[in-house]
Amino acid sequence: MNLLSNITPLHPFVQASLGGLLIGLASWLLLASLGRVAGISGIAAGALSPAKGAAAEETAWRWAFLVGLVGMGAVTTSYMHVPVIAARPYTLLVIAGLLVGFGTVLGSGCTSGHGVCGIGRRSVRSLVATLVFMGAGIATVTATVFIASLATNTPTGA
Amino acid sequence: MTKKLLLSLLSGALFAIGLVVSGMTQTSKVIGFLNLGGIVNPQRFGAWDASLVFVMGGALLVTMFAYAITPRAGKKPWAHTAFELPTRTDIDAKLLVGAALFGIGWGLAGYCPGPALASVMVGGRDVLVFVAALLVGLLAAKRLGL
Repeated sequence: MNLLSNITPLHPFVQASLGGLLIGLASWLLLASLGRVAGISGIAAGALSPAKGAAAEETAWRWAFLVGLVGMGAVTTSYMHVPVIAARPYTLLVIAGLLVGFGTVLGSGCTSGHGVCGIGRRSVRSLVATLVFMGAGIATVTATVFIASLATNTPTGA
Repeated sequence: MTKKLLLSLLSGALFAIGLVVSGMTQTSKVIGFLNLGGIVNPQRFGAWDASLVFVMGGALLVTMFAYAITPRAGKKPWAHTAFELPTRTDIDAKLLVGAALFGIGWGLAGYCPGPALASVMVGGRDVLVFVAALLVGLLAAKRLGL
């Protein structure tokens, strides 16, 4: 069904590591070519809401990155037959989206900018941010799953 | 300019392949990783998914090396006049509150910005709604000058 497992069945962790290496290489490419951090939230914010007086080129490269991300994401997802997830409540998705959009601007980055590139740059600021958002994510999921397990009175998974 | 746009496009495309191959566009894997309760009590919480550890490990293996050797004083990137990397080192309330809000949203839906954008065209209704709200949140924060 998918490209990699057609060749040889890959353990999910091997596939996760390969994907991680590609994410790292993509970040390296942007660093080596444009001298920039590959932070998705920052790139999206800079494309949609350019700083006052920003040169056209500064907005254009961000849009080019986003086109590559969205376009190749669609191609790869289709090619690998990644399962489409079950529909969840609108309220949950809207609240989550607002928090992610607002929080990543306020906190100057997300998993890519702080996690992959920031820690790669040995930035303590990014390491702290990464520990905080991972901690908050873990607390949120743990609380959600725990409450769900009480409500159904049967053990449930994520 | 063209060279800059092509390299940026290529980087975005490679990033997307990495996200999809790694499994990070599947929210069950992300939520499964954040579900640390699964290590302690799988009966109640369900299994813990360690995939994200390998994704971060693989990515950091490259970026730790990349950032150590590539930005050098007196050297230029291939398609730009200078390296323009973040310089801030202060840990302020905005960083901590922003990261916490992001983490809560990440835990609720299982999407961070990269995987959401990489699957927005083919990921179904959920990711479309999530990305629309994400853009509203992002623009609201920008509008407030944050």
